[in-house]
Amino acid sequence: MTAGRAALLVAAGLALGFILLPLVLVSWLSFFRDEVVVFPPSGYTLRWFRAILDQRNFVDGFVTSLEVGVFAMLAGLALGVPASLCLARYRFPGRESLGLVLLTPLVVPGVVAGTAIYVFQVETEILTRLPLVASLPGLVLAHVVVTIPWTVRLVTASLVGFDRTVEEAAQNLGAGPWTTFRRVTLPLIRPGMVAAALFGFVISFGNLEMTLFLIGPGRTTLPIAILQYLEWRIDPVIAAVSLLQIVIIGAAMVATDRYVKLARVL
Amino acid sequence: MARIELEAISKRYGDVHAVRDFSLVIEHGELVVLLGPSGCGKTTTLRMIAGFVPATSGRIRLGGRDVTNMPAHRRNTGLVFQGYALFPHLTAAENIAFGLQMRKLPEPVVREKVTRALRLVRLDDLGDRLPRQLSGGQQQRVALARALVIEPDALLLDEPLSNLDAKLREEVRVEIRQLQRALGLTTVMVTHDQDEALAMADRLVVMSAGAIQQIGTQRELYEHPRNRFVAGFVGRTNFLRGLLVEPGVFRSDGGLTLRYDGRSAPAGAVAPGASPSGARRALALRPERLAIGALADSARANRVAGTVEFASYLGAIIEYYVRLSSGEILRVHAPNTGAAGDRAWALGETVHVSWPVEVGLVLEDEHQPEEDHR
Ligand SMILES: Nc1ncnc2c1ncn2[C@@H]1O[C@H](COP(=O)(O)OP(=O)(O)OP(=O)(O)O)[C@@H](O)[C@H]1O
Ligand SMILES: [Mg+2]
Repeated sequence: MTAGRAALLVAAGLALGFILLPLVLVSWLSFFRDEVVVFPPSGYTLRWFRAILDQRNFVDGFVTSLEVGVFAMLAGLALGVPASLCLARYRFPGRESLGLVLLTPLVVPGVVAGTAIYVFQVETEILTRLPLVASLPGLVLAHVVVTIPWTVRLVTASLVGFDRTVEEAAQNLGAGPWTTFRRVTLPLIRPGMVAAALFGFVISFGNLEMTLFLIGPGRTTLPIAILQYLEWRIDPVIAAVSLLQIVIIGAAMVATDRYVKLARVL
Repeated sequence: MARIELEAISKRYGDVHAVRDFSLVIEHGELVVLLGPSGCGKTTTLRMIAGFVPATSGRIRLGGRDVTNMPAHRRNTGLVFQGYALFPHLTAAENIAFGLQMRKLPEPVVREKVTRALRLVRLDDLGDRLPRQLSGGQQQRVALARALVIEPDALLLDEPLSNLDAKLREEVRVEIRQLQRALGLTTVMVTHDQDEALAMADRLVVMSAGAIQQIGTQRELYEHPRNRFVAGFVGRTNFLRGLLVEPGVFRSDGGLTLRYDGRSAPAGAVAPGASPSGARRALALRPERLAIGALADSARANRVAGTVEFASYLGAIIEYYVRLSSGEILRVHAPNTGAAGDRAWALGETVHVSWPVEVGLVLEDEHQPEEDHR
């Protein structure tokens, strides 16, 4: 092995360690026996995981995050899949701009997006008297803004290299447009859609910055419940909750990666 | 009775005339091959019949129905795509069943027809395989079975053999021809492989730059090409350019005076009496109909001396390029009989090329039609 290559490997290893260290630390902490975090711990226990259930905020937050994540993911698919098909297949004026617009939420800072959506929802609420701010539909609407771009991105990736003559073959054999879509197109882009669903869920589930503006009394998401808890104490419960969240997100990402290689689209 | 009637169909893409004024009637059970150079509009014609490309003008009828404005999925054509276009997520049997399911046949009937179709293309045991688990030739046969099983009014084959190796290609083309005959399917096949076209077709359509150049049987096209393009495209041909001196006499640009027999001229070719003397023409000579020898053969009307400039040993024949005394070049195919008297000619050797009057065919000396559209 050349010196250059060794140096590269060391650098890569350091970077990886740097990224993983907090995760490892948090995971380790969640098993400490002592209520006040001390190194080294006097022993290990699983009771902090039990203690999570006693915190209403965590349980409610988890349920809310789950609900918002699932609905935002479904809405993202419903809007993102047709959009990807249009972008991939038709040439129309403004096509490139539309593609760009659909991806912008990826680069707009969450705080900015959150403020904008908050103002929008308040104004809408004033105009229509629909309770939007801090409601479940309000949260879902906001999260759809971030699930759409990911859906578009992952489904578009699965449409690259899609052989359209198989659709013509279906028509030639007597399938109308809808049957062709259902029996041929859909099964062939399903991996991209599954990946988009899982990843959209992950993005929504972990979102903090944007959501900060949109919650209210009695309705928080898990990341925000964690943040609020941290404001007045640090103990292994928080580590246990974090570990749970890491596990859920990690599992979803590993599953996604089986359908679309994430390294190619992120 | 499923005959295909194409009435002056045209397709334009902006300024490009992909197909122009294409008229052809294909009788029930007939196999017609569209033959022509790349980009001459063969695929476009086929896709207009299948309904994937709307005709700019003209009418299409299938089995008496006017289908010109009918969407593809209601036309009942069976198209075998160049790349097969099998459904990658369905097994061979499911691929074949697809069209039958679209026709809402009861499940037991579908199963039985699929089994029979698999047997027909000799894939009985491979029905459960996915396309990617099949070889190219096997995939090709699944595609064929899928198109045949729906009993289409028109079987359309777009270079169906182009992905196969030479040996398999010859086998499969015999299979396709036998099936097509046995089932009495009205068929249009596209190829730019001349051997394939000659081996399979009832009739051929030679196209160039979107237009039909000539329609006929193999023999008609070969013996009586209507113009220079067809003569050059079907089989090999030497062209000598020059002038008509008087009926039956041609003077090449190199100064050779050659005799030809105008009576064998086909409809489109120039009959000797019909042309004004002094008109510019091309004299077409098939290489295998020219004789090569050490001495001028006095029994033949045309005899020209030359030197062997290039020779290729092609197995069944030996091909010579002979530089004539006039400076022009003729390609001559000598049969490789292996007889004791036959000899091979060495480069630089002086030889005589000779041919009787009926070999020469006088054609309009037009440009190749494709050159006009480049
Ligand atoms: N969608 C299209 N848009 C514009 N021009 C097209 C389109 N499809 C075909 N053409 C043009 O029409 C002409 C005929 O094309 P076509 O595919 O029918 O040729 P072909 O005879 O099948 O050629 P090949 O032997 O290479 O397959 C070509 O000049 C091609 O560039
Ligand atoms: Mg083609």
